[in-house]
Amino acid sequence: MDPIMLARLQFAVTTIFHFFFVPLSIGLALLIAIMETMYVVKGKEEYKRMAKFWGKLFLINFAVGVVTGILQEFQFGMNWSDYSRFVGDVFGAPLAVEALFAFFMESTFIGLWIFGWDRLSKRVHLLCIWLVAIGTTVSAFWILAANSFMQHPVGFEINNGRAEMNDFFALITNGQLLVEFPHTVLGAFATGAFLITGISAYKLLRKQDVKFFKKSFQIAVIIGLISSFGTALFGHQQAQYLVKTQPMKMAASEALWGKSGDPAPWTVYAHIDSDSGKNNFEIQIPYLLSFLSYSSFDGEVKGINELQAEYEQTYGPGNYIPPVRTTFWSFRIMVAAGSLMIVLGLWGIYLMKRKKLESPNKWYYRLMLWSISLPFIANTAGWVMTEFGRQPWTVFGLMQTKDSISPSVTSGQILFSVISFTTIYAALGAVMVYLFVKVIKKGPFAEDSHDEHSADPFGKEGYHVS
Amino acid sequence: MSLNELWFVLVAVLFVGFFFLEGFDFGVGMSTRFLAKNDMERRVLINTIGPFWDANEVWLITAGGAMFAAFPNWYATMFSGYYTPLVVLLLALIARGVAFEFRGKVGNEKWKKTWDMSIFLGSLLPPFLLGVVFSGMMKGLPIDADMEMKAGLFDMVNLYTLVGGITVVMLCLVHGLLYTALRTTGSLQERARKLAHKLLIPQAALFVVLGVMTYFQTDVFEVRGLLLSVIAILGVVVFLLAGRFISKKKDGWAFGMTGALIALGFSSVFIGMFPRVMVSSISDAFSLTIDNAASGQYSLKVMTIVSLTLLPFVLGYQIWSYFVFHKRVHEKEHLEY
Repeated sequence: MDPIMLARLQFAVTTIFHFFFVPLSIGLALLIAIMETMYVVKGKEEYKRMAKFWGKLFLINFAVGVVTGILQEFQFGMNWSDYSRFVGDVFGAPLAVEALFAFFMESTFIGLWIFGWDRLSKRVHLLCIWLVAIGTTVSAFWILAANSFMQHPVGFEINNGRAEMNDFFALITNGQLLVEFPHTVLGAFATGAFLITGISAYKLLRKQDVKFFKKSFQIAVIIGLISSFGTALFGHQQAQYLVKTQPMKMAASEALWGKSGDPAPWTVYAHIDSDSGKNNFEIQIPYLLSFLSYSSFDGEVKGINELQAEYEQTYGPGNYIPPVRTTFWSFRIMVAAGSLMIVLGLWGIYLMKRKKLESPNKWYYRLMLWSISLPFIANTAGWVMTEFGRQPWTVFGLMQTKDSISPSVTSGQILFSVISFTTIYAALGAVMVYLFVKVIKKGPFAEDSHDEHSADPFGKEGYHVS
Repeated sequence: MSLNELWFVLVAVLFVGFFFLEGFDFGVGMSTRFLAKNDMERRVLINTIGPFWDANEVWLITAGGAMFAAFPNWYATMFSGYYTPLVVLLLALIARGVAFEFRGKVGNEKWKKTWDMSIFLGSLLPPFLLGVVFSGMMKGLPIDADMEMKAGLFDMVNLYTLVGGITVVMLCLVHGLLYTALRTTGSLQERARKLAHKLLIPQAALFVVLGVMTYFQTDVFEVRGLLLSVIAILGVVVFLLAGRFISKKKDGWAFGMTGALIALGFSSVFIGMFPRVMVSSISDAFSLTIDNAASGQYSLKVMTIVSLTLLPFVLGYQIWSYFVFHKRVHEKEHLEY
């Protein structure tokens, strides 16, 4: 089998899986920090219980996020060694700073937070969870700084056949980063918030621990709405940046083969025929693509064929068209999921204001339970669009994917790693869902399973326990 | 000192720090299998490293990140060349990391046994594999003119690297047992101390074998004979002191000594290679060095400023966290895991 396809498959599988947990960690950390702040400020035990209960889910999730993250750092060198040689000078720096600045902070203070409830003062303990929350967010900043370089390379020069950094400040003020970071982090906040609203809705539907889950719902729905709305706003900014810096990605995400016309309409649905380079059927909304691209109701957007000709002029002969269908649909899936989140958030705020949370609107609560999946769908689709849309480049305009692979690694080796990581990830995913369901079913007022287990007088190990 | 030399030292320090710190939690992880007599003792053991293991592992991630940024060619050659061992290393670290969090969440024997096995293998395999990798790097690997390492199984796994791997496992185990002696009480503490004492002899034997083999199989003594001999003598002194401190039940001091052994051992790996970072067995001319493997001066300068600014804080809060959890772990208190 083709080593490039296998290495790409591994990257896709491990990155998408890793990115289920990262946004949830970022979002839950913030929400737990807010809950614990309310505990410290208001002094009510219920907020402490809230931080602890949602903290359980956070920790299970955090563990999987951490372990799947190590692989992310290793696989650049393992599968993409030519890429690593070419950009290590620029790309390695944000990764190293991420470890030094963010990972140490998260991992040290999460340890202090878990084990420190009885050993630290209230305020210091609160500081710990805030530092975890800040750490996870800062970590996103650095990894996105590295990713932004791949989308829009800045702050470097080519020396001796490789990219060398010549302006670190440019790297961390990359225009791409300034739109990608808020978009991604707000999406992450929404992910955490929708998990909490969804689970709370489920519990409210069943009338279990109503007071506890009503409070949780209220806190989370506010954060969820604000951050979903913010995500959309920065998504719009990002689209405009895209038109300037990666017009091919924009054209592909619109399945726009020829010129758009002025003003440009937005295609809701297209039956795409990539082989012959046209769409057989389209449904369009007038003016909308112009608005997405330029925030005004006029302006033309370049199409795939025109850009392909331009790129051949600049970069030499070759195929510069990314997988159009994937890019087109992942964009629409992301937008649809994001829009639904905003609608559901508004609905939740309405119910809250009308004080209708306790006489549940069954439909709404059921929808909210299912809507836990929405941010995950949107996050995944967003990354698929970003990374597929950049193809055939790993670093836009500088290095192509086919030149990035490790020359000394065989297909057999990559196949072995794809199979083993996919297997262990699938197992982890299953275990995690099982544990989540278990924790949720038990609810916030249950005791630890350890204690139940140890108290079994007939258990082999019951004798050793006082 | 040039920036290239400084970054070589920093990468070495990160690896030494990693083995010193995660070394003991690997040791504790291994000892859950035979030192703990029941579930409660296993929980005590795991809880002694509970607040720390994650941050300890970040030392490895940071070492990898620093290699990537400062010596991209070293990172690229080593990580692609050692592909399969690194896959196994990652699988082991993944299984281990989640096991700590997962094992206590369900009160079922089979469930716990599965995760306990993950903790054991996940603590045994990484030091072994890394021992194999580092001793292989000293011995030399088939690295060609394009900096590509095309190593067959026996280039990576041979008598020398196997002894290297086992030595690192043993070092971590003794280090972990002494950490256990430091953080627990009663019979568990006694047993940990006793076992550490017993293992000193095989550990000494391994060191002698590894030292002799290193003399014959690598060129590190030709290159840095004097410095390495001094380290070897220091090693003997530290070793004898470790034995003495264990018999006197001065666990803290003994733990310090095994830590010093780890530091001396891994420092000598880096000192022996310097200024090379990976030794080519095909031709000396193909070896990667701190010059031909490095990033540009601008990159190194920026990273130097950033890391020297951050380092005091990072070290500060990590030391503080050890201070917060300095008390011994009892069976009767609340155990998290």
